[in-house]
Amino acid sequence: MQKVYSKIESISGNVITVTATGVRNKELAVVETRYGPSLAEVIRLKRDEVALQVFNGGRGVSTGDEVRFMGEPMKVSFSDNLLGRIFDGSGRPRDGGPELADTLIEIGGPSVNPARRIVPQNMVRTGIPMIDVFNSLVESQKLPIFSVSGEPYNELLARIALQAEVDIIILGGMGLKYDDYLFFKETLEKGGVLSRTVFFVHTAADPVVESLLVPDVSLAVAENFAIHGRRVLVLLTDMTNFADAMKEIAITMEQVPSNRGYPGDLYTQLASRYEKAVDFEGSGSITILGVTTMPGDDVTHPVPDNTGYITEGQFYLRNGRIEPFGSLSRLKQQVNGKTRPDHRAIMDGMIKLYAAYKESLEKKSMGFKMSDWDEKLLTYGEMFEREMMDLSVNIPLEAALDKGWEIMASCFVPEETGLKSELIDQYWTNKV
Amino acid sequence: MVSVEFTGEATMNEVCYIHSGGKRLKSEIIRINGNVADIQVFEMTTGIGVGDDVEFTGELLSVQLGPGLLGQVYDGLQNPLPKLAEECGFFLDRGVYLSALNETKVWEFTPSVEAGAKVEAGDQIGFVKEGIFNHWIMVPFQLGGVLTVKRIVAAGGYTVNDTVAEVEDEKGDLHPLTMVFNWPVKRAVKCYAERLKPSETLITKLRIIDTFIPVAKGGTYCIPGPFGAGKTVLQQVTSKNAEVDIVIIAACGERAGEVVETIKEFPELLDPKTGRSLMERTVIICNTSSMPVAAREASVYTAVSIGEYYRQMGLNVLLLADSTSRWAQAMREMSGRLEEIPGEEAFPAYLESLIAAFYERAGIVRLKNGGNGSVTIGGTVSPAGGNFEEPVTQATLKVVGAFHGLSRQRSDARKYPAIHPLESWSKYTGIIDEKKTEYGRSILFKGDEVDQMMKVVGEEGTSLDDYIIYLKSDLLDFVYVQQNSFDPVDAAVEPERQQHVYDILMDILTAKLDFAGKDEARTWFNRVRQNFLDYNGKEWKSDEFNKLEATISQLLADKKIGAEAYAEGF
Repeated sequence: MQKVYSKIESISGNVITVTATGVRNKELAVVETRYGPSLAEVIRLKRDEVALQVFNGGRGVSTGDEVRFMGEPMKVSFSDNLLGRIFDGSGRPRDGGPELADTLIEIGGPSVNPARRIVPQNMVRTGIPMIDVFNSLVESQKLPIFSVSGEPYNELLARIALQAEVDIIILGGMGLKYDDYLFFKETLEKGGVLSRTVFFVHTAADPVVESLLVPDVSLAVAENFAIHGRRVLVLLTDMTNFADAMKEIAITMEQVPSNRGYPGDLYTQLASRYEKAVDFEGSGSITILGVTTMPGDDVTHPVPDNTGYITEGQFYLRNGRIEPFGSLSRLKQQVNGKTRPDHRAIMDGMIKLYAAYKESLEKKSMGFKMSDWDEKLLTYGEMFEREMMDLSVNIPLEAALDKGWEIMASCFVPEETGLKSELIDQYWTNKV
Repeated sequence: MVSVEFTGEATMNEVCYIHSGGKRLKSEIIRINGNVADIQVFEMTTGIGVGDDVEFTGELLSVQLGPGLLGQVYDGLQNPLPKLAEECGFFLDRGVYLSALNETKVWEFTPSVEAGAKVEAGDQIGFVKEGIFNHWIMVPFQLGGVLTVKRIVAAGGYTVNDTVAEVEDEKGDLHPLTMVFNWPVKRAVKCYAERLKPSETLITKLRIIDTFIPVAKGGTYCIPGPFGAGKTVLQQVTSKNAEVDIVIIAACGERAGEVVETIKEFPELLDPKTGRSLMERTVIICNTSSMPVAAREASVYTAVSIGEYYRQMGLNVLLLADSTSRWAQAMREMSGRLEEIPGEEAFPAYLESLIAAFYERAGIVRLKNGGNGSVTIGGTVSPAGGNFEEPVTQATLKVVGAFHGLSRQRSDARKYPAIHPLESWSKYTGIIDEKKTEYGRSILFKGDEVDQMMKVVGEEGTSLDDYIIYLKSDLLDFVYVQQNSFDPVDAAVEPERQQHVYDILMDILTAKLDFAGKDEARTWFNRVRQNFLDYNGKEWKSDEFNKLEATISQLLADKKIGAEAYAEGF
């Protein structure tokens, strides 16, 4: 039986309290406001005083509004009917389609038993040399893109989504600009993958609290697809907005802030989402690519900092390119030994040379004399940036490796590359 | 966090169960005020409601100690994870608690005392074979006074729950003893004769540690470092190679994937010393970042209690905690929920004393039977933003005996292990004469100074002598401080080899070398370096090893024209 309460005791920010009995933690309720119904979640119980966070925000909620408890925590429908659909943060259709109510699943479920995980070993090919060659993405990896606002991170996500060899794509948008939302929709539609995509989109215009649900809903759906044997790629953009929403609620609830106003459990909260990335033994997998914008390009900001400790590496997107320094895929060793014998050598060798190029560039800007070697490096560096690092380059891994040999051959003699002689004999392109 | 009204008595840190939705959720009392107890729930609190029943057990949060711990993978509350997986499938269901030890396995028990013997807590009454070890069955640590053995079973097969002995205490009460007993995790085991000073080096087979910043058996050390600097890899390498009897890995609030690697890899790896699988000497306590946070706090205590238990058998135990920052954060979360007045960065004011108390549980002790046993604790610290000036790092540095600081610059430059040789320190003695290592450090220090200077004035503004010091320091860094953990030979270097190689390096570092110019010097050092790297990769005392050693000596002989003034005394 659903209980209805019509007296709201306090409204503070997006948190309301009512006096009610028999309510359970994390239970869902509906608040009927004059602007329409809104979902709310129980976040604290104190005797019969129940605090709820209202997903549509506290604005416009009146003390006389009705609160109806649903008797169960937040659930979301899960079936193949989800594919091709667009929902908002609380799982309501955004595309005008019918509401789905079959096979409801709980969100924010328990964590996977580490004893049932397997060591990841399949590469996800993206067609982007900076990823495939230098920091391979691995199935079931969790990897954020660290970036500042204004960088083309959403374009990068969309491209990876289009090209990655996965069964299902789930896009979780938090505080997404409406333009970006349309961009995703159009790009995926044009790319012909919309039919195997599910959107859970919270735009910047929606109430902030609603974005808190997006990762949980997206990952709960992903988890169920994965258990049914599908390989799922979850794109989460932008996790900094998610963290900011948590901060807002924490401060409204008068929790003691730890660092720059963020709640003390920021690490745990982020980890419980990212850790959903998994390769199930004998079943599907979840790969998570997130975007973490770094306020002020500061990697020590609590959100990117905590994220870095959780995720298995990170891609730095800077000046429209994936930066080779600082970017890291912790799982690349699991896969790049099995692609082509020259993969690891190219990966290390080209980066070392690129690092040398950066030094020469610095020397040049300080006015030191340029040696022949410096000149060679300068040519190499520019070619490398143009033909490998540029995000518009779209070639398969093997072609990218060939391209790497080609670039090196046009700049250096074999001995200068520091690569093993056997590899040079096999792959060096224009032997003189 | 849940507040409970109770009647009768409640004990601090008592375990209780919340009955909610047909499940029993394990919790611990963390504050009592009047007839209200605040309890932290070791599970997600979804679905708990006002009015749910709470069952008080009267027991403190404990760990089950007995044969069969080795090779296990537990969560922070000592639930065996593989068995849980058999029962619940992919996910960690709430409210499912299994026995930590295999209750049906039959152990061959051999008694070591007879009826009538006088024993005390921690004394051995018999043993079973657990892998390669004699697992001593001891009088439970909490029994006080002198006890008299009234009855002890004959040698034979028993399960952990069979009574193997009966002892009578001073009051005349009888206590039946099985092979297993519980011990409250937050109390240190004190049944030993005395604590000794850690003096024997614990060999990790990592050159930089054993030579420059050693760890002692029974000592403590910490590894702070920013993300991606290689803390976990360092812990993994140490857990494989360290010369100890038992390794306990407490994966506390870190990535599940890393634990999985260990779980899958260790059973395959052989311990070179015993020829048995590494898993047989390992216990893994894993409470990864997505598992409930309160259990994370318990996990380090569970780990150290198991460590102390094996120490009481006269074994050397190494406990690796990764990462203590996550443990501190768990305390911060609970403290925040209790609405305590926060200290620095919102950590509770008692953070320092708890960290100190945890590390103080390490130590080498003389047991009552005369043998020695030790627990060594190595904890990683993950400071926010990689900045060591934060409460957890600082509190840890106060109490540990060695500091292995990882540096972002070194890991970015792919210099592994990325321990900073100049910033790190140790109070223990290593395997190489301190005078020699001090000299090595001074070369590294001077080389670093020259390097800084060269960045300003360029190579052409640096004198040849300074440049040679820089090259020497670079050589020492490259071929000795750095170590290739992917190379089968270089990954683990025996102390004998370390001493031998260090002496060869000393010859180079102390020599006055004759070069016409910087180019010649650089070329020569590059050649030495290349030979040295190959040399590091060759089997100890193999033909190739000897040949490369001869080449290096020859290279040195060609250029050496005496000793440097700064190398006086060598």
